[in-house]
Amino acid sequence: MALDTVAIASTTPDQVQPFAELGLKGDEYQRIREILGRRPSSSELAMYSVMWSEHCSYKSSKVHLRQFGEKAPKSDVLLVGIGENAGVVDVGQGYAVTFKIESHNHPSFIEPYQGAATGIGGIVRDILTMGARPIAVMDPLRFGPADAPDTRRVLPGVIAGIGGYGNCLGLPNIGGEIIFDQTYAGNPLVNALCVGVMRHEQIKLAKASGPGNLVVLFGAKTGGDGIGGVSVLASETFGASGPAKRPSVQVGDPFTEKVLIECSLEIFAEDLVVGIQDLGGAGLSCATSELASGGSGGMEVELDKVPLRDPSLTPEEILMSESQERMCAIVEPSKIARFLEICEKWDVTVTVIGKVTDGDRLIITWHGEVIVDVPPRTVAHEGPVYNRPMAKPGYLDQLNAKVLDIPMPKNNAEIKVAILKLMSSANMADKSWVTAQYDKYVQGNTIQSQPQDSGMVRIDENTHLGVAISTDANASWSYLNPYEGAKLALAEAARNIATAGAKPLAVTNCLNFGSPEDPAVMWQFAETVRGLADGCLEMGLPVTGGNVSFYNQTGDVAILPTPIIGVLGVIQDVRTRMPMSFDVAGLELYLLGETRADLAGSQWAYLHNERGGQAPLANLKNEMSLIDLLLESQSLCSARHDVSQGGLTATLTEMVLENNIGATITLEGDLATALLSETPGRVVVAVHKENAPALLALATKDKITVTKIGETGGESLTINDVVMDLTELRAAFMETFPKLFG
Amino acid sequence: MRVGVVTFPGSLDDQDAARAVRFAGATPVSLWHRDSDLHGVDAVILPGGFSYGDYLRCGAISRFAPVMTSIIEQAKSGLPVLGICNGFQILCESHLLPGALTRNQGLHFLCGPQKIRIENTTSAWTSNFVKNQEIVIPLKNGEGSFQCDDSTLAQLESEGRVIARYLGENPNGSRNLIAGITNARGNVVGIMPHPEHAIDSLTGPTTDGLAFFTSVLTTLVGK
Repeated sequence: MALDTVAIASTTPDQVQPFAELGLKGDEYQRIREILGRRPSSSELAMYSVMWSEHCSYKSSKVHLRQFGEKAPKSDVLLVGIGENAGVVDVGQGYAVTFKIESHNHPSFIEPYQGAATGIGGIVRDILTMGARPIAVMDPLRFGPADAPDTRRVLPGVIAGIGGYGNCLGLPNIGGEIIFDQTYAGNPLVNALCVGVMRHEQIKLAKASGPGNLVVLFGAKTGGDGIGGVSVLASETFGASGPAKRPSVQVGDPFTEKVLIECSLEIFAEDLVVGIQDLGGAGLSCATSELASGGSGGMEVELDKVPLRDPSLTPEEILMSESQERMCAIVEPSKIARFLEICEKWDVTVTVIGKVTDGDRLIITWHGEVIVDVPPRTVAHEGPVYNRPMAKPGYLDQLNAKVLDIPMPKNNAEIKVAILKLMSSANMADKSWVTAQYDKYVQGNTIQSQPQDSGMVRIDENTHLGVAISTDANASWSYLNPYEGAKLALAEAARNIATAGAKPLAVTNCLNFGSPEDPAVMWQFAETVRGLADGCLEMGLPVTGGNVSFYNQTGDVAILPTPIIGVLGVIQDVRTRMPMSFDVAGLELYLLGETRADLAGSQWAYLHNERGGQAPLANLKNEMSLIDLLLESQSLCSARHDVSQGGLTATLTEMVLENNIGATITLEGDLATALLSETPGRVVVAVHKENAPALLALATKDKITVTKIGETGGESLTINDVVMDLTELRAAFMETFPKLFG
Repeated sequence: MRVGVVTFPGSLDDQDAARAVRFAGATPVSLWHRDSDLHGVDAVILPGGFSYGDYLRCGAISRFAPVMTSIIEQAKSGLPVLGICNGFQILCESHLLPGALTRNQGLHFLCGPQKIRIENTTSAWTSNFVKNQEIVIPLKNGEGSFQCDDSTLAQLESEGRVIARYLGENPNGSRNLIAGITNARGNVVGIMPHPEHAIDSLTGPTTDGLAFFTSVLTTLVGK
């Protein structure tokens, strides 16, 4: 194909261009023509198409996401907010922590191993790009039914990919979730969170300033993988037919990324860059336009200088390639020699591909001919914005009005069967078959990891400062009430942080939804964002950034609205962290919080295919009091565990099995409800007898209901007259995953 | 005492090994794969990780790094060398230790606390243990199945060169449940599980691993 230059584009206005095939709508294509005052060259069209895709431009979500800024609580911990590669939070002692979640859902369905692996790779580069050393990863996952044949294809590949990439980077995997639901069949969710740490003065931004400064590409060579991945994959609903899309999935090389991390950190430590951007979705199109747009605007790039793995690539393909493990830096000429030296030390390929200019256009040439000449903001930041039609789903009122029809266990024998059934169900069963495939020890700073309530890592060996992270979502509640569901997920993540003994500081999110072109889905999304923004304002927790993944649907069936909420907390001394389980007999067990009959959206309801009812209403004021109580009572407690999915049954089972010490529990009222209800805002705490009065006094002060429910010890979990031998309970809890996937 | 910790591209547990050396009371010295100068260290640790991405075979490329030329030479004259996980694989590829580490029997990467028994307490890295002491340290690898031919196995067993053995179920299919071995002289030790991740109960399952690092100091002082 002959090279299409800007000069040719100017003289051939009527040439037909494949904008629709690249995912652009007719009016979007017209807007590009208006911006440029001519038809775009084929390279320009490639750039606009990837950058204006849903995945890169947030065109459907932008109008809603603004609320995170408009309703932002006053916060003195936010150092870098929404809009950069990741938000940055001040955690004290001069340390800054950056964290973010991203989705890699569509690639992981097509090619589970590489999809999940490059999901880790991408989020780690985002964190690195902020100037931080990545210190841990986490993975919230959703799959179709556990026993479905396709889940057996997707899940093992995803787990192996997360492990294969993350382990090779030397990043401890400290937590996550795995939930199964019919709606994720064909639309698995693979979200990846990374957290990194740096000193305040080391924060880096994506901006190309200073005319004369050099544009430097370093890391892996550019290949043909992932071309069009962004626009073709992430922005289209999977149809039943159509060509296989495997060529659009990127292939990862974790070794190259590990070397790139160490090389970049050495470059940052010597203060050799003015600005930096990683190459992820939309590759060079994104990096060059965002860097130029973040600076003064002018940049010239000689595209033919880009080192290639495949010399036959066209300029359009080079601009769109999503080859992994690449970074783009802006470097002052006086510092380039040292920059190149460090790259040489790490055997990292490095090439000067252009320079910052004092103009306001991004100009890209190919062997001397201009193929791109655009105002970079129009590519990176001024894409289309849609206020898509929304409508409350027609089925919702009927669903909410439904009187729950779930068989409840009525006698001791039935309660025992119910406990075993619940705890051996795929959603509630032990996940160590998965987490055993992840390295949790590397770096030597992991204080807590799965199955603890939060992941916790130490960031200073001398002062014992640490951070804790939890990710949560209850999509069954979001399905019944997306506004409350978002608040409840936020509350749960914050509660998990505080249960472990850390103070919640800031929020990130990954919002996974069906097609934005469906008004019902758009309504779910809008309600979720409104709920999360309101919740964050009320709890005083700023949103630092996030990610939106639309088009998670097959045909007309969308996934449950799944807003994964991540909360970051700080703990002054990690030695005071709270474990989820007791390791001695004779402790008293208390339940903090009230239990109501909240069975709608519960795991017990899910096991009986009951989707209806009313989700609980979030009481964030109460949640904040509970967090206060948890933080104030830290030194009084020996162990604590959050009550969430699976209710008190799950909390108690997990507590007794972790260290193999039983408990004797007495519960008032209807036993089945007490055990299976998922009323939010509850935590079980274990305390020494002598500390109990002080705990009760604090609870009274914080207006949190506290109920003594039992004592630790013995070789069974005994609840009223129901005796569960720990061996029997363990067998039910442990056998599910090895049986399904072993 | 100065203990060198080698960093290859793709090494991951080098900082952990250096911390363990510090916890044991010695000074860690960072050694770079391209530098053949060992900077006068008294002992060397080859840490865990995926050096050179484990391309070709685990340890197969690292074995040719300039630093390894010096280590192989000095190991032959008695320099204490400990290879952990990927380091063990490198020692096998370097022929400082016999056998090879192959893909885990279950084909999965496995990470978790592992019970092992220390059976040789005369090597440079295990002298501070009590014979047959049972300890728990993390095991984490994808290619940790120790394999060798029958005559090598018989020799390792008869010469008491199996320094540690897995207890309980065989986690990875290693012959005779072998978790670690030493050379005939006792200065070179390879171990698959990670003692450097068990030096502080805050971050590891136990502090059982620390004795590997104090052992070498005892050995060096006794020289």
